[in-house]
Amino acid sequence: MDWYPLLNSLRIAAVSCVIVFFLGILCACCAVRLPRAAKGALDAVLTLPMVLPPTVCGYFLLLIFGVRRPLGMFLTRLGVQFVMTWYGGILAASVAAFPLMYRTARGAFESFDETLAYSAQTLGLSNFFIFWRIRMPACRQGILAGAVLAFARALGEYGATSMLVGYTPGKTATISTTVYQLWRIGDEAGAMRWVLVNLAISAAVLAAVNMLEDRPKRR
Amino acid sequence: MSLQVRIHKKLGEFLLDVDFETDEAGPEVLGLLGASGCGKSFTLKCIAGIERPDRGYIALDGVTLFDSEKKIDLPPQKRRVGYLFQSYALFPNMTVEQNILCGLAREKNPEVKKAELGRILSMMQLEGLESRRPCQLSGGQAQRAALARILVNKPRLLMLDEPFSALDSHLREKLQFRVKEILKEFGHTALVVTHSRDEACRLCRRVAVMDKGRLLTVKDTKELFADPESVCAARLTGCKNIAPARRTGEYEVEVPDWGIRLQTAQPVREGVRAVGVRAHHFAAGTERNRAAVECLREMEEPFERIVEFRWKNQPAHTPALWWREAKDRGSPRFPDALGVEPADVLLLYE
Repeated sequence: MDWYPLLNSLRIAAVSCVIVFFLGILCACCAVRLPRAAKGALDAVLTLPMVLPPTVCGYFLLLIFGVRRPLGMFLTRLGVQFVMTWYGGILAASVAAFPLMYRTARGAFESFDETLAYSAQTLGLSNFFIFWRIRMPACRQGILAGAVLAFARALGEYGATSMLVGYTPGKTATISTTVYQLWRIGDEAGAMRWVLVNLAISAAVLAAVNMLEDRPKRR
Repeated sequence: MSLQVRIHKKLGEFLLDVDFETDEAGPEVLGLLGASGCGKSFTLKCIAGIERPDRGYIALDGVTLFDSEKKIDLPPQKRRVGYLFQSYALFPNMTVEQNILCGLAREKNPEVKKAELGRILSMMQLEGLESRRPCQLSGGQAQRAALARILVNKPRLLMLDEPFSALDSHLREKLQFRVKEILKEFGHTALVVTHSRDEACRLCRRVAVMDKGRLLTVKDTKELFADPESVCAARLTGCKNIAPARRTGEYEVEVPDWGIRLQTAQPVREGVRAVGVRAHHFAAGTERNRAAVECLREMEEPFERIVEFRWKNQPAHTPALWWREAKDRGSPRFPDALGVEPADVLLLYE
């Protein structure tokens, strides 16, 4: 059995999870401070990839990064091409996973008790310290849960990925595109193997989420 | 050694307009008494630098913290103002010791840090609780830990926001003794926000009365209870019987809602708006300002009883009055008439 799709899926999910983690926290932080109207508008834009069908997201990505489009042409000249490459999968997975991270992180930041930050300020603690040592630990549950969900979403990405990078064995193949391809050519046993791999990973992710959610009860 | 505050802030419909100064001669404990939503906490937040007034001036011990004209607005980190929040705001992810060390972050010498930590732990009776997390502390312990964290930070002003509201009533009174001592040892100005007249009376030498964003008066606590002057202050100091009144003589007012005239000990000035009589100032044996009453019902307390009554000549639509008396006084349960000493008739002007 060729394990390339597993390796490819895992590295795409891991890299996009890291990207989405920081980007999501940054956007959530900004959104919390905005006035209501602006927050609603930003929210709608940032959540769009979650409500749109993944293939439509892929279509938009092709519109922007396609090799004949201005930005795509410019990037290709720099040696970066998102279409039909494995790291194009990172782009597709990041776009799909971003709203999950953003929304969970924002929820966590919104439920943060602001008097903790105020009292830290009056004690003379720096804003840097307050963010990393008080705000982030207090919101840890929500942020970690968001990261796990984003990882799971990135791992299972199919629609946008197949639009942007297609299926090339040993190059852009991921678990989800491989399952579809094997089924299409009638290799049911092969498809089943990958389905089982997928089930195992999903179970692990769900167990991780449950563990994170259980924690406050025990304390 | 004093705090000067003059701030103005518009929050939608609500207008905050506060102007007061603490005693220049030395440190004092000033109470801010007001109903909830009158702007007490917001005033503290402006002093701490968490909220910014539209305009005004705040200075502490000669250091300007905020001045809208000179465009001075020190960040909260530089104001050295200790703020005890209603919820105590202990950092949930840290132990008691780590929380207190946050207050010592300015001190760089590890020896001094350790000595200070030990000193405050024993002073606040927190020994043995160092490695607990805030969620494992009782209300009283959490309050002591939060105070310890503030005191090691060596603030030049201490502000307590409803410090006892999160505690059980039996614990509250015990802790008030300790807090009173701590305030005395602290040696700088302190502000105590409260809506409880008992707290204000126990902890503060002077009290500022706030109503709907305005500061009505700043008075010695005893004077405030003896002569609240305004309807709002009378109500906040616990006066249960308040009714509109009209001046009818130099020492006499007419109270239409009660259907009687009352003699007063103080001369009645023009512009009197209402009178107040505290529930425990009525007595069955008092001959002055005596009138026939009709007792409606009674409520028992461990050592006192409260009787609801109406004056015989009282118009029908007006609310009943309260009479409160110690049980061992031996007066009849439902007397035919009650009186009140002229000195106990509070004249209310605003």
